[in-house]
Amino acid sequence: MDVLIVKDIEENYQAENGEITALKNISFSMKKGEFISIVGPSGCGKSTLLSIIAGLLRPTSGEVLVNGEKVDGVSPHIGYMLQKDNLLAWRSIYKNVLFGLEIRGQMEPENIARAERLLKTYGLYEFRDKYPYQLSGGMRQRVALIRTLAVNPDILLLDEAFSALDYQTRLTVTDDVYGILKQEQITTLMVTHDIPESISMGDRVVILSQRPATIKEILEIDFEDDARTPLSCRNSPKFSKYFEHIWKELKSDE
Amino acid sequence: MVLAWQIGILVFLTAAWEIAARVGLIDSFILSQPSRIWNTYVNMAQNDLLLHIGVTVYETLTGFLLGVVTGTILAVILWWSDFISKVSEPYLVVLNSLPKIALGPVIIILVGAGTEAIIFMALAISLIVTVLEMLNGFRSTDKEYIRMAATFGATKRQIFTKIVFPCNISTLFNSLKINIGLSLVGVIAGEFLVSKAGLGYLIVYGGQVFKLDLVMASVIILSVVAALMYEGVVLLQKLVMRWYGH
Repeated sequence: MDVLIVKDIEENYQAENGEITALKNISFSMKKGEFISIVGPSGCGKSTLLSIIAGLLRPTSGEVLVNGEKVDGVSPHIGYMLQKDNLLAWRSIYKNVLFGLEIRGQMEPENIARAERLLKTYGLYEFRDKYPYQLSGGMRQRVALIRTLAVNPDILLLDEAFSALDYQTRLTVTDDVYGILKQEQITTLMVTHDIPESISMGDRVVILSQRPATIKEILEIDFEDDARTPLSCRNSPKFSKYFEHIWKELKSDE
Repeated sequence: MVLAWQIGILVFLTAAWEIAARVGLIDSFILSQPSRIWNTYVNMAQNDLLLHIGVTVYETLTGFLLGVVTGTILAVILWWSDFISKVSEPYLVVLNSLPKIALGPVIIILVGAGTEAIIFMALAISLIVTVLEMLNGFRSTDKEYIRMAATFGATKRQIFTKIVFPCNISTLFNSLKINIGLSLVGVIAGEFLVSKAGLGYLIVYGGQVFKLDLVMASVIILSVVAALMYEGVVLLQKLVMRWYGH
């Protein structure tokens, strides 16, 4: 069954010089456990699409279905991770991780246990009484991810969630995150500017066009390696082929 | 080292003042001198010194606390409702620019010449300042924090209690520090106008009957009281910050 169905999304908005169409004819679906990367030219509307899927923004037309239910307002089935970790400075790591559960009124023991388990898996449990300023950028981003996963979302949206990290940290964190997401079988949709990142993590890559953004292509990524990780697949000869393909598609818009 | 200099300057100024008066360099009838001020204190201590200090402090703290609490509540309302906020904007600007002390005579006529009027003046002064400071603080809360909370479906109330307010605790304390001083100004001004007790009363009474020792003595006590109240707020801020775990 398709966990996520995006049907014919169109988004228009008013600007100074008239109505602008940001997204047009956006349709695709996702199965459980799938990882889809979305790439596209800057400003084409990738983040807008995520906001629509999360229910933060109502599209001009079209609909989004999660587990068969239409998304109407902020969806409780979706976890949305932003580019900045936005950990609350006055709360300990432990209390930060529970923030999402607090807001949703889901502070039951099994949910708290899940949050603690994730902290342990990421090796952050011993930092639980520390404060955000005491952690590095990579650690804070991992904490932000745990906060998002603690509410047990059916679908995880990553909005350039690793762009604020330095290059090496980014490689390590994405490798880490990929492992956890695949292990927990979390259906993930990731927007990124980083083409290699999109290939290394995605099962499929959605390539968007310039505004009005439509889907130019959905590229299947297959390294013929069940045990692939974001770092290991970069060694495959197929990697550069995929990169060239996507790069060509994006360039052809200019 | 710094402390030594600070004490040294105090001792030096006091001594210089006393010597200048004894030698006749300054007229101690007009400017008083430390020894006469000391005698005044001894006299006052036997005659209601604590009462006068108490009155002023009571009026200040009451007006100040009422103003801050009411001001914060109003700021919350203005943050919550865009509409109310837009409607009241020009009124707030005017009220803020107006020196509230000018309202003194009006307040006295409205509320009667007494302690209530003085408390009201302190309230009026700290209220407007609090509203504007807190509202500004609320509005400049990091939008990314709020966006993050929105991704979890937070209600406006949750956004306020869990994000906007905690972010603005230090704004609140800065507001308190400013307001305690301003309220004291309002109280002294009120006591000048209409009062039978308090440090402001002593200052204006002493001035009217040419008991300058009394004036100087009261001014000095007032400075100490003002400093203590300010430090009280600073201490409170430290305690709260520690409890919040910054």
